[in-house]
Amino acid sequence: MAEKKLRQIAIYGKGGIGKSTTTQNTVAGLAYLGKKVMIVGCDPKADSTRLILHAKEQNTVMDLVREKGTVEDLELEDVMKVGYGDVKCVESGGPEPGVGCAGRGVITAINFLEEEGAYTEDLDFVFYDVLGDVVCGGFAMPIREGKAEEIYIVCSGEMMAMYAANNIAKGILKYASSGKVRLAGLICNARKTDKEFELVSALAAKLGTQMIHFVPRDNQVQRAEMRRMTVIEYSPEHPQAQEYRNLAEKILNNKMLVVPTPLEMEELEDLLMEFGIMEAEDETVVGKAEKAA
Amino acid sequence: MANALGLDVKPVTEYTAEEVERVKNWINSKEYKEKNFARQALVINPAHACQPLGAQLVAHGFEGTLPFVHGSQGCASYYRSTLNRHFREPAPAVSDAMTEDGAVFGGQANLHEGLENAYTLYKPKMIAVFTSCMPEVIGDDLTAFIKNAKNKGIVPADFPILYANTPSFNGTHIHGYDSMLVSILQTLTEGKKIEGRCTGKLNLIPGCDFNTGDYREYKRIFKEFGIAVTVLADISETFDSPCDGTYSVYAGGTKLDEAADSINGKATITLGPYATPKTFSWIKDNYAGEHASLSMPIGIVKTDALLMKVAELFGKEVPAALKAERGRAVDAMTDAQQYMHDKKFAVYGDPDYLTGYVSFLLEMGARPYHILCSRGTKKVEKELQSLLDASAYGKGCKIYMNKDLWHLRSLLLTDPVAAVIGDTHGKFAARDAGIPLFRFGFPVFDRVNLHRSPIIGYQGVINMVTAICNKFLDIKDETCEDRFFEMMR
Repeated sequence: MAEKKLRQIAIYGKGGIGKSTTTQNTVAGLAYLGKKVMIVGCDPKADSTRLILHAKEQNTVMDLVREKGTVEDLELEDVMKVGYGDVKCVESGGPEPGVGCAGRGVITAINFLEEEGAYTEDLDFVFYDVLGDVVCGGFAMPIREGKAEEIYIVCSGEMMAMYAANNIAKGILKYASSGKVRLAGLICNARKTDKEFELVSALAAKLGTQMIHFVPRDNQVQRAEMRRMTVIEYSPEHPQAQEYRNLAEKILNNKMLVVPTPLEMEELEDLLMEFGIMEAEDETVVGKAEKAA
Repeated sequence: MANALGLDVKPVTEYTAEEVERVKNWINSKEYKEKNFARQALVINPAHACQPLGAQLVAHGFEGTLPFVHGSQGCASYYRSTLNRHFREPAPAVSDAMTEDGAVFGGQANLHEGLENAYTLYKPKMIAVFTSCMPEVIGDDLTAFIKNAKNKGIVPADFPILYANTPSFNGTHIHGYDSMLVSILQTLTEGKKIEGRCTGKLNLIPGCDFNTGDYREYKRIFKEFGIAVTVLADISETFDSPCDGTYSVYAGGTKLDEAADSINGKATITLGPYATPKTFSWIKDNYAGEHASLSMPIGIVKTDALLMKVAELFGKEVPAALKAERGRAVDAMTDAQQYMHDKKFAVYGDPDYLTGYVSFLLEMGARPYHILCSRGTKKVEKELQSLLDASAYGKGCKIYMNKDLWHLRSLLLTDPVAAVIGDTHGKFAARDAGIPLFRFGFPVFDRVNLHRSPIIGYQGVINMVTAICNKFLDIKDETCEDRFFEMMR
């Protein structure tokens, strides 16, 4: 038997951009292609696996830790559920908003999975679906040495999503300089903004990477989500399902792993201006309300 | 005046002497014991220390190795002073003194400055980094930090720096011991495995053992056997160095090249199945030769098991000198047997010590009546139970997992025993119960030189029997009526 190498992938992106939806649909696509995948949700909101499991919520690692008082009494089968396409699902979970330390929750959960032998040899992929902004060391846990080496950033043509993507690239650069972590591409989750395809492609080029796929906006995604399903499972024949299968295929064959070259704020603004998203800077209007200007 | 829980509270000064007396007696009662064992939200006087303490102990066991605390200064002081009080020797270690800014921005700057200073000032051959709680909570990535330090030229690229994550809010000192030991061995042995090479040596892992006498005893035993041994990690010289007017920061430890070559050993034995599981499982996958995990050799049976295993692995007879020593130990036990027979004991400590104490007491016909482990798995409990089940003296003895020394106090007061075996932390409970405490564990802050007196092997048996029985005889002489004050005992 040829030796299989486990590919570990982390998905980052601005909050609300559709990371969890994109991740689960892509993973469903990989499962459709016969790959063995595990999803590790690294977000205290714990919504990274509901479409695979058809469940409202999953028992998270931190929920059970809270209940039992210690991680030592936890068993792997308590937190790992199997859903569509034999995809294994784990949610790290975390504290209530405003208390405790969610970052440590991610560290605890991933340590637990390693110690309990969750990374089995039959797996082809592990996907980490990470909270929007890498706010502290804990949320960078998935890209530490020996963990995810491939990162995809989900973004759109909106200014703030691109700004966030650039910031994440800065974080990756930091880790890439001391380790093997690489940027593998931008996934454009389209918002139907002006010149979105061109803009995200241009940003990708500036970052030294590629826009690996342009996922068009389609309400079918929402219809599937209402039933807590991925599009691939809900309507495998639908064109949107094909989009996710294409993305899965591209990730499967992706060899373009780069150390990113993030932009300075000015360069980013220049880029937006180039595409007419932002107007040329006019110092006289900065800080003036619409009526006053 | 009622507090938030609806309980009446008043200033301490307003309690009458009678009330104080009543409560003093009440906490010795069965009723209080029930309440005490129903306690969930609070631990009082746990019988374990935190992970970094174990990590620092390992680091001291390697030649020229500087223990380096990535984290708070106060934490570093605690590890150092605990080791220092136990051994009554210095425990030199450095800290990168993370403060508020480190917590906010991450500890890389602290680590880099600390490494630069430590490397320049203390000229170590290796630096072993371990963490206090703060960098663990904020998620400092030590792999990256250390790599960056080398890339920046703060320390040479080939200088061995390794680290262990040792969050204190998880596990105990034995887990820190394990993490640091495996990290050191991984670093030192990298690329050192030579196909076909065999050092002919035995690699011995004593486990998280704070008794320097035990290390010397192991070395003596294997000298009798005529087997060369590499102790991983050897703290005996570090914490028991001669007082000759000179001071060395790095007084002892296993030689680094010897430790590196241990991967080509003839056999590796760990005597800390509960203190070194991670290390042992890594060794099984990576070390040449045979591998065995045995109990800490406390008592005759467990010492026999070690010697027989070594005899088997090296194809040698157990030397006559050791057989004679065994005979003497058995003689010492027989002579003293009447003073321990059927006596009840309470024991507490690390899992590896507990299996040893229980085995030894049962051999003496004594009853390990209360067995308390303040942090242990179901596996430990099962092993202890099977020891009890295998002996007539184990009947009625009970194991208390994940309980603390305040629980132990209730046990001692409501269901009395003759003596306690543990460490200094049990002295309050033993005093309240009016019974002696034998300090065979760690830490011992209130007696001298006990860490020089081995408790492992046949000599350890003699030492323990002697200490226990003579104490009982002392008590008898001090407390008996005149008419029973005998010349002979």
